[in-house]
Amino acid sequence: MLNTTTSTVTAPLFALTNVRQAYPKPSGQEYVVLDGVDLTLTNGEIVGLLGRSGSGKSTLLRVVAGLVRPTAGDVRHNGAPVDGPTDGIAMVFQTFALFPWMTVWENVMAGLKAKGVPTKEAEARTEEAIDLIGLSGFESAYPKELSGGMRQRVGFARALVVHPEILLMDEPFSALDVLTAETLRTDLLDLWMEQRLPIQSILMVTHNIEEAVLMCDRILVFSSNPGRVAAEIRVTLPHPRNRLEPDFRALVDDIYALMTARKPLSAASPDAKRPPAYAEPLAHVSTNLLAGLLETLASPAYHGKADLPHLAAALQHEIDDLFPIAEALHQLGFAEMEEGDIRLTEPGRLFAESGVEDRKRLFAEHLVLRVPLAAHIHAALKRAANHRLPAGPLHAALAAHMSDGYADETLRAITSWARYAELFTYDDESESFGFEDLE
Amino acid sequence: MVWIHTSVSVKATDAAPNRWDVVALPLVIGLLALVAIGGREMTAPLDSVAATPVDLNPGLLPDYALRSTLRMLAAMVASLLFTLVYATLAAKSRRAAMLLIPVLDVLQSVPVLGYISFTVVFFLALFPGSTLGAECAAIFAIFTSQAWNMAFSVYQSLRTVPRDLGEVAQGFGFSGWQRFWTLEAPYALPGLVWNMMMSMSGGWFFVVASEAITVGDRTITLPGVGSYLAEAIAQQRLDAVGWAVLAMLLVILAYDQLLFRPLVAWAAKFRVELTGGREAPESWLLDLFQRTRFFRALFAPLGRLLDRACWWRLSLTGVRDAGRHLYANRLATTLMHGMKQIPNRTVDGAWYAVLAVAGLWCGWTMVAFIASGAGWDDVGTAFLLGGATLLRVVALIVTASLIWVPLGVIIGLRPRLAEAVQPAAQFLAAFPANLLFPVAVVGIVRFDLDPDLWLSPLMILGTQWYILFNVIAGAAAFPNDLKEAAANFHIRGWQWWRDVMLPGVFPYYITGAVTASGGSWNASIVAEAVRWGDTSLTAHGLGGYIAQATAEGDYPRIVLGIAVMAMLVILFNRLLWRPLYAFAERRLRLA
Repeated sequence: MLNTTTSTVTAPLFALTNVRQAYPKPSGQEYVVLDGVDLTLTNGEIVGLLGRSGSGKSTLLRVVAGLVRPTAGDVRHNGAPVDGPTDGIAMVFQTFALFPWMTVWENVMAGLKAKGVPTKEAEARTEEAIDLIGLSGFESAYPKELSGGMRQRVGFARALVVHPEILLMDEPFSALDVLTAETLRTDLLDLWMEQRLPIQSILMVTHNIEEAVLMCDRILVFSSNPGRVAAEIRVTLPHPRNRLEPDFRALVDDIYALMTARKPLSAASPDAKRPPAYAEPLAHVSTNLLAGLLETLASPAYHGKADLPHLAAALQHEIDDLFPIAEALHQLGFAEMEEGDIRLTEPGRLFAESGVEDRKRLFAEHLVLRVPLAAHIHAALKRAANHRLPAGPLHAALAAHMSDGYADETLRAITSWARYAELFTYDDESESFGFEDLE
Repeated sequence: MVWIHTSVSVKATDAAPNRWDVVALPLVIGLLALVAIGGREMTAPLDSVAATPVDLNPGLLPDYALRSTLRMLAAMVASLLFTLVYATLAAKSRRAAMLLIPVLDVLQSVPVLGYISFTVVFFLALFPGSTLGAECAAIFAIFTSQAWNMAFSVYQSLRTVPRDLGEVAQGFGFSGWQRFWTLEAPYALPGLVWNMMMSMSGGWFFVVASEAITVGDRTITLPGVGSYLAEAIAQQRLDAVGWAVLAMLLVILAYDQLLFRPLVAWAAKFRVELTGGREAPESWLLDLFQRTRFFRALFAPLGRLLDRACWWRLSLTGVRDAGRHLYANRLATTLMHGMKQIPNRTVDGAWYAVLAVAGLWCGWTMVAFIASGAGWDDVGTAFLLGGATLLRVVALIVTASLIWVPLGVIIGLRPRLAEAVQPAAQFLAAFPANLLFPVAVVGIVRFDLDPDLWLSPLMILGTQWYILFNVIAGAAAFPNDLKEAAANFHIRGWQWWRDVMLPGVFPYYITGAVTASGGSWNASIVAEAVRWGDTSLTAHGLGGYIAQATAEGDYPRIVLGIAVMAMLVILFNRLLWRPLYAFAERRLRLA
């Protein structure tokens, strides 16, 4: 660990114990976003929350910010319980969240004005923050006149100007292009290393493994559904870190392996009522992507097996883009994932080598066999007298076991896969499933 | 409401007047003087108004026009205040919204001229012996034509404030006041300004209609363009009608250039879009004022003051702190928690019950009032006449659509032409069509035409333009690549209209048609019963029924007619326009 400036024996800077966040569903059941999460922040460290979308890491960040009150658990800032937004914690947003009707200057000063800081002092601090973050000269610009990178600098300046103890960052670089993101990351790290930032700790959410390894002293890996801390990794590489160093690569590989190990990450709580097999969330992945990845894997470059980080780099994908494709293939039985590798199965190879009609037949077979929801709808359609199945009740049945958003996405996924397989189709007007060309 | 951004720019500028001030100064002083003159006349004793009846001398028209304009402005200010309070209340309180939003929906379905019939007596009693009561009644009528859609727009905006911006405000601990003036109000502003413009555009019609009104034996004449017109009709002077039309043209033009252009250009700043690409609306007046040194220096302190006012905390911190202390106590926490949990449903239940009782009571009062002066056959008549008016509205919308949709598409596809026609169409939509009614009446009388048929077009005379300018906007916004694709695949003739163009402009068309149909219902009260000197023409319809009942001061029948019309309008909206709108949103919206 670097950055051991001061070590206090008193209460940690921030401590969450056994935090649970659940939303009641109309069905009476709960949708659990976070479950049994512990987190402590100490002086002088950057902590990363790494996980797939939907793992509740953004919710956790909002719990720390005091924007969301957890359903259960203990939240303490410097030993005092948190029951709302507290002084000493400021946040940087993925979407920048700048007020479009305020200039850079006014945006940065907003937090100070809200607190009623005297004008003289507020102006001095605003100027200081703007200089520090490299925005001098842009004071009178409106956000829409700025590039993405400059906008996020405003986001940083606005957070830093209130001199928070803890800086929260919600995927702050993911809306930026690769080069801009890298510049901003290094600028921020430099200021942090030189101890020029008026903050004691940074907590950041990311889904980019390399970014986490590059910046953090500690990484908490989250599992999904419900969100739990699956692993905690300390990063002791000295700054400035080099992405190409073997140690760096090894750590990235380890985390990939950790995140691709399927079952242990999403261990279901044993006492929970077991949902029906078909109520399993699916990610909406286009069949073009599925076919594309299968073809790539089958190509001579990979010979049916690839290292995921390597593949991600080669395809210029982030994990959030690549994982759902790989997982869908895994579920359909066209590929297997283990230890951060992806390997083509026999049917997968067959698919890649087949023509359109054979592909569709193979896909349909696997869909019914391996995806319970597809089998469920298919069977229900065969049973129904008019061979139609309204989507509303099905959506409600799914939503009893997952969020509405996931239920939507799951239905979208199954619809597009079934259409490709020509297994069944969906009629938007009557909002129901049915067989194709049924007069 | 001005978030003038003084911090950086003004410091550098020198306050000495520059050449732009030469133009701006007389403008401002002149407008201030006009407000003073008009305002003094408004509070004149009632006798003096009665003593000086409206004179048809065109030289007096500028003064009359000024009075009408001030009424319009006063109504707009009232609408703004109403909007801020009503929409904020509805957006902030779930229970209030349960009542306020349906009420708003009904309020906007009630024919505007229906309001004036009731309120005139009330306002006259409020300020006995002064014209102020009559002024208030007229202003209230204009207000009812403007306020509802503005309130809806702000309510919608407040409900859809971007979540991340809300979190910033919450995270920095903005007080309710700060949050409202620095986040919610600016976010709602572009929509509000647009709706103000639409309201204003519809409002001129009601200014004209409400300045000379007879309820039973009370005739109220307020000096203005509307009463000038009424006098011209009474004296059968077509030349005076022409002067009134000219005055109105100039007033609307001035309003657009001096008030709305600058407002729209200024409000563009508050649009939440982070791409700078879109064309910014421009206003010569705003540019002018932003270039003057003197005015900027003059307004800078005001801007700073308003800015500071926006950042007042003004919250009940003391109360909340007391609550926090309570919270610190564990016992109290559980207690508060329990109290919060259980009674919530009970309170909801009680609230529903109160609303239901109040609703029933109001309904019963209304029925009892109608029953006091009208029987079942009156109800039958009202519905029958309502059917006649409904038929007219449908026929007119269909006819106007058949004419203006193809024309609008043709115009919209030619950018040069669209640029020239669009402002004219918007202007025509704002122009109060009732100024032109006398011309039509003269024609009908001269050629001895059937009023049932020939009075109908008057209902849509002013509102058809909404269809035209919306279709033009839709055709102009039609994606170029789709046009090229259609040309590339040789899609022509009827197929081009059916598969390419009509679906493309449909969402825009619906917006225009909804406005046109709402306006036609309102206009029916004026259009189905018209006069020229001593001749009066009446068409069979609900509008004519209400107009006649108003002239006779027959309150039960006024209420009956208005209730039936409001009901028909609500049904028409629910059963026709809403489904069509939803369909357009779902299937035909070009991303």
